[in-house]
Amino acid sequence: MIGIFLIGAFVISGWLLYNRSGFVNYTLLAIFMALLVIFGFYEFNHINIKELEFFKPDAIGVLLLVALCVVAVPVIIHGYRYIEVHNVDETPKSRGLFFGSMVLLISSCSVVYLSSHIAVTWIFIEITTLSASALIYHHRNLRALEGVWKYVFICAISITFVYIGILFLSLSLKDAGIDDMSFESLYANASKLNPFWLKLSFLFIFTGFTAKLGLVPMYTAGIDAKDKAPAPAGALLASILMNAGFVSIYRMYAVMSHTSLQQWANTVMIVAGLLSIFVATVYMTRIKNIKRMFAYSGIEHMGLVILGLAAGGIGVYASILHIVLHTLIKPSLFLQYNQVYWVYQSKSIYDVGDYFKYNKVGAIVIFLGFISATAMPPSGLFISEFLIFQSLFEAHNILILITVLILLTMIIWGFGSNIFKLLFIPPLSIDETKIPKISSWESLSQFILLGLAVYLAYNPPMIFVNLIQDAVKLIS
Amino acid sequence: MSLLYISIANRLLTYLNILVFQGFILFGVTFLTLNKISTVNLILIMLETIVFKAVAVPWFINYVIKRNGITREAEPYLPNFVSLIIVTFITVATIILSSSIKDVNLDKTFFVVALSTIFTGLYLIVTRKKIITHVIGYIIIENGVFVLSLAVGNEMPMLVNLGIMLDIFASVLILGVFFNRIGDLLKDPDIDHLRILKD
Repeated sequence: MIGIFLIGAFVISGWLLYNRSGFVNYTLLAIFMALLVIFGFYEFNHINIKELEFFKPDAIGVLLLVALCVVAVPVIIHGYRYIEVHNVDETPKSRGLFFGSMVLLISSCSVVYLSSHIAVTWIFIEITTLSASALIYHHRNLRALEGVWKYVFICAISITFVYIGILFLSLSLKDAGIDDMSFESLYANASKLNPFWLKLSFLFIFTGFTAKLGLVPMYTAGIDAKDKAPAPAGALLASILMNAGFVSIYRMYAVMSHTSLQQWANTVMIVAGLLSIFVATVYMTRIKNIKRMFAYSGIEHMGLVILGLAAGGIGVYASILHIVLHTLIKPSLFLQYNQVYWVYQSKSIYDVGDYFKYNKVGAIVIFLGFISATAMPPSGLFISEFLIFQSLFEAHNILILITVLILLTMIIWGFGSNIFKLLFIPPLSIDETKIPKISSWESLSQFILLGLAVYLAYNPPMIFVNLIQDAVKLIS
Repeated sequence: MSLLYISIANRLLTYLNILVFQGFILFGVTFLTLNKISTVNLILIMLETIVFKAVAVPWFINYVIKRNGITREAEPYLPNFVSLIIVTFITVATIILSSSIKDVNLDKTFFVVALSTIFTGLYLIVTRKKIITHVIGYIIIENGVFVLSLAVGNEMPMLVNLGIMLDIFASVLILGVFFNRIGDLLKDPDIDHLRILKD
């Protein structure tokens, strides 16, 4: 099935690039959505069956793949709205490029989730860079160019880091007399690996994948990317692409957890996670650009996820739950942001305000999204964050826990002051005649995503819990 | 040697010549070390080192420089003398580092060369002002990675080989294409122009 999906996705993506007819374009998109959903459904029913030698849909992969299907369908529909309705300067060529790279991004991310070989993961991560850069550069202006240049450059360097890490990994494998680099053989033989090379390799691979996951040190590229990409593409970059980074780091960490180096790896991850939350705090308390604020909020959540992973115990379960819920919540904010931009034609916090007056339904989405993203009680993230704190407490990392709590409070303050300005305080100068009427239907998908996040956290179906528990078993 | 030279070189053309030189060295080294490889593999490596690294990439960068009328100065942030000392320091440090590693599967000489090349590339990226020198720094890192893959294994599995091809393909394609675009939009390609996006 993976073979069929990959071939289908590449054909559709290539066809989209060269096709100029609108009708064919949207038919292809519909076919792709159907293919994606069928693919997700198929893999869901065929867990742990190896395919094409390099792919194995294990629990974590299937979990993220299903989340991807749930997010990708509304994002594609909003991408269609974005191109059709509100952008007058779109040409058939730019439209084809936009959807072609979107299809490529979605399908390469879903393949990354299922790959069971580190080299295959690496190749498809590289394809995500390629397709993401085409999406970022959609608007062809100087600032988009700057964003894409930084993104490409930093991703190129980090992909090289991952490659160096893989080389070191192969050295450590050779010392153990193994030449099979699939994750399964790595888990099985983890204790035989040479610790020195494994350490170096983990360091390089971790640093490299932080560009995708959005952690210190390589997080910068992602921020510019999410800011400059059109909002539907930003929603993808802020959710499924981060998950691709997460799953790669998770698998590598699972290898480390079978060795004596787990403690050391935990220290590395705690440092990275704490620094990420710190950076997010610094920027979110003084940021004036709403879209970048959402992007920094993603950095904060990824920091929490990696802290939960490093704390161990219930933290691993919590961080997987956290990343799934984050996948549902963040796109809804980005999709709603698109409507904010249609109303005010500006990203700056100084030009917006009184959103309740101009788009009531959308304002409710922003408000609920804010509550969800800051993990206040009705939000699903509250559960997972609480569990992460509990795991930090149980791991006797009290000092880290207190620091994180203080930083999170500051983030809520910064996030909240901007959001409430957007929602309630009237803007200084605004021409009310130019404001378009926005249909309430535009907000439907965001309500569904946010509602789903609440449902999954407070009343999780048995199968969802079982999948997460299976995924946790990777880490011993 | 070429690393020391590039640290003090001032003109972009010199940078290109160094890239060509490194490409040939890489081919020589690979040819000498990989004595039990098949013909197909050899042709592939030759294509990559000579045709790609030594000819195509420098030619392309030269084309970009001419097309966009980039001035020939490299414009480093630090004086050349300091650069020279830092690069020497990097090399010495990697020698000390690698002498502390004991591993039969590792070729020490290559390891030293590779690490110092990678770090010099990073150093070049950090201290030079022009975007094109960033690209050159990145390509130097790639060369270092290539040597590293030689250090890691003499038999060089096909996978590693494929990885390098893909690496170069993607990086140069992306960097090259976008640099072309940057040249169209910015008449004077300095990184100072790329400072709008910040908080």
